[in-house]
Amino acid sequence: MKELKATMAGTVLNVLVAEGQAIEAGQAVCTLESMKMEIPVEAEVSGKVESVQVEIGAFVNEGDTLLTFSE
Amino acid sequence: MRKVLVANRGEIARRIIRTCKRLGIETVAVYSEADADLPYVREADEAVLIGPSQVAQSYLQADTIIDEAKRLGVDAIHPGYGLLSENAGFARKTAEAGLVFIGPDATVIEKMGDKIEARRTMQQAGVPVVPGTENGVTSLEEAVAEAENIGYPIMLKASAGGGGIGMVRCENEQALTQQFNSVKNRAKAYFGDDLVFLEKFLPEARHIEVQIFGDDQGNVIHLFERNCSVQRRNQKVIEESPSPELPEDVRQELCEAAVRAGKAVGYQNAGTVEFIVDQSNRFYFLEMNTRLQVEHPVTEEVTGLDLVEWQLKVASGEPVPGQEEISAAGHAIEYRIYAEDPVTFFPSPGTLERLQWGEGARIDSGYEEGNAVTPYYDPMIAKVIIKGESREEILRQSREFFASAAIEGVKTNIPLFRMFLEAEAFTAGNYSTATLGKWLENMKEEQNS
Repeated sequence: MKELKATMAGTVLNVLVAEGQAIEAGQAVCTLESMKMEIPVEAEVSGKVESVQVEIGAFVNEGDTLLTFSE
Repeated sequence: MRKVLVANRGEIARRIIRTCKRLGIETVAVYSEADADLPYVREADEAVLIGPSQVAQSYLQADTIIDEAKRLGVDAIHPGYGLLSENAGFARKTAEAGLVFIGPDATVIEKMGDKIEARRTMQQAGVPVVPGTENGVTSLEEAVAEAENIGYPIMLKASAGGGGIGMVRCENEQALTQQFNSVKNRAKAYFGDDLVFLEKFLPEARHIEVQIFGDDQGNVIHLFERNCSVQRRNQKVIEESPSPELPEDVRQELCEAAVRAGKAVGYQNAGTVEFIVDQSNRFYFLEMNTRLQVEHPVTEEVTGLDLVEWQLKVASGEPVPGQEEISAAGHAIEYRIYAEDPVTFFPSPGTLERLQWGEGARIDSGYEEGNAVTPYYDPMIAKVIIKGESREEILRQSREFFASAAIEGVKTNIPLFRMFLEAEAFTAGNYSTATLGKWLENMKEEQNS
């Protein structure tokens, strides 16, 4: 089980993937808003989403887990 | 007016406090946990902690702010820009609490905040608007049909949007189809209203805005124009006054149209009427901002007026000066220094370990060396305003200034200004909203070849 962490603090604008979904490296999995800018968060490697750890509107800090996935 | 609460943070809070101090008006600052160490908190006569770092829990807490204002016996609330400044509900509640809201009437804020309503109002007042839809478009089918009528490229915009957020350029039907729901959802998330509309996108156009001022006796005057065409992500980076490459008769017509727009809505206090000016110098109303703008200093530098002082005077019931009393001399340029990567514009929060400015500029900044630029707010570190007799002189001064400015601890866009000040794209003065993007693209290509 691997974790995809937020690279910077921000508010979760949307979540683009669901549990059980296959994802590919480079695919946008969610969007964060930080410093008035929308920042797409991309999957680093391909795999399958095991669990989504955040909700839309939630504030995450740098290093917080956004989702877990298996390769 | 004896005591003012500033419902804002950082540079604009500091800017408002500065004028209040000069006029002998007491000030109350409000701050979040993240901002406790910023200079404006210390510089105000009193300061109140209003909540945690996220804006939704602090600076956007209208009721908390108004309660504190009442508790501390202030006469008026200055909303600054951004945050609650264009929130009609906040303006209304402030007035209902028996306090003066330093800005226009809540009904005017509401009317202009609804971009579709604003377009309609201006058309009725005889101010030309960008070709687009009369009303909002509710379905993709409707949007596609309307876009056919208008002709691509089009801008898909949130009616309640602003600040460069909630608008997307669509080159063709495929792009519109792809973007339609995403812009709607974003509008809902950001502005609580998913109504969108279409406007024709005018290529190679300039963004030129006019500063207006109205009083409670029905007078509206203009303080000339600002060219804000140097943009990234639909947000301004450099602003200047007067606008280069603008014929005098067009400037006059623009300013008169802005006054007409202000009178049409019974405008009071400081406001800005934004226009798009095409390559043939035809201009179209874009939107009206019912607050003081970030770039107000360039107008102050050429007119010699303190706009915050005039905001306070007008809010106290004083009339604005006559139009014939307003004159502009010289030239001024403002550069917005952002904590971001100079090329990708990716934000770069961090601590300002070193903050060293060059000579010969007005610096409006909310930060001092040692302060942190946190991820909760806008990444602007400072505004650098340089004025002179001529544009050439300012460009020379600007190069010198940025050569010696040094900020460490965060990435900034200073390297971008250093390069852009050498580029004919900017120095020639005939730039459009597309210029900065194109110039960056060319630069990247050169680096890769």
